[in-house]
Order: sequence, then C-alpha cells, then structure tokens
Amino acid sequence: MSGFLQALLNPAVPFVRNALIGSVLAAFLFGVLGSLVTVRRIAGLAGAISHTVLGGIGLALFLASRGAPKWISPMLGALVFAILAALTISVVSLKAKQREDTVINALWAIGMSLGVVFLAKTPGYADPMSYLFGNILLVTSGDLYLLAALNVIVIALVARYYRHIEAASFDEEFAATKGVPVTAIYLGLLLIIAIAIVLLQTFVGIVMVIAMLTLPAGTAGYFSRNLAGMMIHATILSLVFSVSGLAVSWTFDLPAGAVIVLLSGAVFLAFSIGNMLSKRSKRKADQQTGLEGSA
Amino acid sequence: MRGKGVSSMGSAVAAKVAAETAAASTAGAVAAPSAAGATECADSINAAEEHLPHLPENVAIWCQHLAFRFKDIEVFDDVSFHVHRGEFVALTGKNGAGKSTLLKLIVGLLEPSRGKVLVFGAPPRGRIESIGYVPQHAGFDPAFPIQVEEVVGMGRLSGLSPIAKHQKKEEIEWALRQAEVHDLRARPFSALSGGQRRRVLVARALVGHPKLLVLDEPTANMDMDSEKKFYETLARIKGTTTVLIATHDSDFVSALADTVLCVGQNVDHPHSVHRHAIERAVNAPAELYGGEVVRVRHDIELPDNACCEGKE
Repeated sequence: MSGFLQALLNPAVPFVRNALIGSVLAAFLFGVLGSLVTVRRIAGLAGAISHTVLGGIGLALFLASRGAPKWISPMLGALVFAILAALTISVVSLKAKQREDTVINALWAIGMSLGVVFLAKTPGYADPMSYLFGNILLVTSGDLYLLAALNVIVIALVARYYRHIEAASFDEEFAATKGVPVTAIYLGLLLIIAIAIVLLQTFVGIVMVIAMLTLPAGTAGYFSRNLAGMMIHATILSLVFSVSGLAVSWTFDLPAGAVIVLLSGAVFLAFSIGNMLSKRSKRKADQQTGLEGSA
Repeated sequence: MRGKGVSSMGSAVAAKVAAETAAASTAGAVAAPSAAGATECADSINAAEEHLPHLPENVAIWCQHLAFRFKDIEVFDDVSFHVHRGEFVALTGKNGAGKSTLLKLIVGLLEPSRGKVLVFGAPPRGRIESIGYVPQHAGFDPAFPIQVEEVVGMGRLSGLSPIAKHQKKEEIEWALRQAEVHDLRARPFSALSGGQRRRVLVARALVGHPKLLVLDEPTANMDMDSEKKFYETLARIKGTTTVLIATHDSDFVSALADTVLCVGQNVDHPHSVHRHAIERAVNAPAELYGGEVVRVRHDIELPDNACCEGKE
C-alpha cells in the first residue's frame, strides 16, 4: 500500500496521479447519474448505450485505417453511436413502451457485434477486451479536463432542478400536471448519460461504467432516506471503491478496472444479503410477538 | 345558493359583453331576465361558447362537444357537461368506461381530439396552480428513497421555476394537517400503508390551495378506517374547493356528493357522460363506505343544466 502512495508522489509516474484524479471526478458522475439510473430503473438502457459505443469505436478505428481524416477519432465514433442509441431507445420508450426491452437488447448485441467485426477488419492489433475493461492508468490530462467540465454541468443542473428531477422520476404523471417538462428531463438525462458513458469508458472500460453506474447507487439505496442522500452516499462509495481498488491493483499488480468492479460488487452483495436477513428476522420477531399477543 | 349562482353568472357575462361593446343598454338586456333559472344558465353557457373564454365565473369545469380517441378506439364522443365552483362531484362508471381518461383530459394530461375542456375559463395547461390531482398511482416503486414530506413538497412545483423555501414549509405544513398525515412527515413513503399513502397523495394535491381537486379512485383497496379518515379530509375542504372524485362503487356514493356524473352508462350514447339523480339511501351500510352515502338512481337521467335550477 505504501508503494501506491509513493507512486502517487513520484513525478516520474504521473499516470498514477492522473488515475487518482480521474477516479475522483468519475465518482461524482457515478454517484449522481447512477442514483438517477437506479431510481428510474434504466440500468438496462445505460447498458445498451455503453455497449453500442464499441460499434462506434470499431467503425472509427476501421475508417482511420482506411485513410479517413484524423478528426474521425474513436471518441467521436463512440459519441455518435451513444447518442444515436440514446435517441433510438427514447423514441421507442415514448412511442411503444412494450417494445423497449427488445430494442434495448437488440442495440446492445448489434453494437457489440459491429465493434468486433470492424476491429477484426482493422489492420494492426486492436483488442476488444481493452475497450471492455479499459485501463485507468492511461488517463490523459485532456480526458481529465473533459471529465471535470461534465462534472460541473451535471452538478449544476441537478442542484438547480433537483426537485423537478425528483418529481419526474418518482411520479411522472403528477409532475406533468404541475407543468414540469417530464419528457425533456428524460431526454436530457439520457443524453447526459450517453456523454458520460463515452467519457468514462475511455479509461475505465464499458463493463466498469455499467458496474459503477449501478452498484454504488444500489448499495446506497439500502440506507438512504432520499434521492439527495442516495447521490451523496453513492458518490462516497464510488470514491472509496475506486481509490482502494486502484491501490490494491497497484500493490498486487492486478487489472485496476476489474478489481474496482469486484470490490463494488462484493459490497453490494453483502448489503443485499444483510438486508434480506434483517427483513426475515424482523418478520420472525413480528410473528412471535403476534403469537404471544394472541396467547 | 344555486339561484345566486345563476344571477352572478348572468352578470359575469354581462360585464364581459359590456366591456367588449361598451354599450350599457346591451348589458342591461342580458342581465335583466334572471328569473328564467335553468334555461338562462344553459343559454348563457351556450352564448359563452362563441366568445371563448368568457365563461360564467362560477363554472369550474366546462366540457363542450368533447371527443377523445385513443388510437382507433373511441373513448368519448360529444361529451358536454359543466361543474360549478364549490360543487362536490362523484364520477362513476364501470372499469374501463373511461373515468381516468376523462380526469386526465380535465387536468391536461391528455388533449381532446375534438371539442373543448376549460377549467376556470382556460385550457387546463393554463391552470396548473388551480388544479390538484391525485392519480391512481398503483405502480409506484417501493425502492425509491423518499420521505413523506418530500412527496408532499412536489405539490409546490410549477413548471421549472424555483420554489421559495419559506413559502414551501408553510404550505406543506398546512397540507399535511389537512390530510391528517403530519405525524408521518419524516417516514419513508414506502413504509406507509396503502391508506396512508393515498392521504399523503391528497396532501400533495392540496399544497398550494388548489381551487379544483381531482381524485382518481382514491379509495380503491383502502381499509374502512382509512376510508373514513379520507372522507373526513374531503368533508373539511368541501365548499371551499371544487371536488371531482372518480369512484367504482356506482350504486352508492359519499353523501358529500352534490352531483353524480356517470361515464358510459347510456345505452344509446355509450361514449358519453350523463348526470344521474341521487336520493337518500335507506339502510345503506355507512361503515362500508367511510361515511354517509346516497343512492345513485341510474334510471333517472338529468339534463346538463339540472344544477342550474333555482333550487335552494
């Protein structure tokens, strides 16, 4: 562990410090957007968006290898595919809700398969695995600026429109009678999630984006009294998981993304089991007092 | 009381006409014959149609030739009725007859295919702050972390404008007390019983003192004690607030009701809404309905202007 601290302070390995700053910036997005993804139950939707991103990355790399202009970057390909996926799903969910599930899974599978096909036809070595799990130690300072900008936008919007977002998530119909633009809020949320997924997956990978959008918020849901509390708790949990995961992976020479996901998953499962057991023992106690009362 | 309504309605129309034409003689002509009761009420409403939205002031809800289609299914065709300010209206009808749809048209969640719905003289979207809506809300998510106070606070929202803190606290406090849920304010919404939840949703609708309260089958699956408390809450606001409540018990309705509107019960005109007579219920099990009830005479259909007769 002291090795990790030394590496942080060592100017010869700036990528460790960048990884740490990246983890902190990502934690806010994971906490705030993850809570909204969880309470609105759109984790599957976020999963589909993030996996279609692979298609965009594959297409951009393939085009670049065929002499396309330099501005066609993997990041741009990912962004275009993510936004297209978000728009497709939102149109389906607004117009034909009963098809939403099928469309989500179709996009998920098609996007990934496109990515694999394009990468296979791209000369040189491009491993799909590196996009699935990413490498947090490859964060550049440019990535960090983009991430910081997105953080500012997300936190400002949520702070200003918290009550409106809360109402639209809890009871869309009632919020609409109060003139809250519920469809605009839904579309805005999907768009921001799409952009966040693109920025985050460049260094943590597609799998970890989905894990971190759902696991810390899911864990926080077990002990938070309201949406704001859930956002704060989920942010703290993401922070703890990513920093400790980073330290563990550095110390034991393990892949950072996978270690962070495993840590978050273990804590989430522990909370789920604990919650189940406490509910069961409470029910038993209730039954017992009920029996004593009637005896 | 109704007689007064008629004359004030006449003078409201007169005032509008006077303002438009600036001819005192015309105003006098309209306002003068106020003895003709029922016919005048209906006439002044018809007259108002040409000059929207110059509706008589004591009309809370006004539906004229309303039609609504959902995809290829005709839900409503040529529905016309009106509800006065301060009136307590029970909306009955079988499941699937279109009660919820009619309520959604009135609160502005749906747009009519043809015809008009006006709430206090304007389309519902322009009356956001006058309308309190209690949806059926059967499918809320028990995993959503939210406290009672926050649920009630949603009633203060109006578009995207920010909410003033002090104003919010007082409003919420008042609404919590009205619905008798002030001792539950810090509880998680998911920890409440079904009856408590409905009362919290009523409190949420009451925040901001709406002039019209619209409730969609609020007592479905409610236990008797909750239902009693629930109707006590409605009794407290009756008179000061216009109440439109959808209910599936179509033979008896709460005795609070002044008027009963029935959806889809006319054989010749199934996609419409008709006013039915009510009478004192003898031997009705009050405890089953959360309070005194009246019997609905589905065999006696009343004209839409029945409420405008000079009854006292």
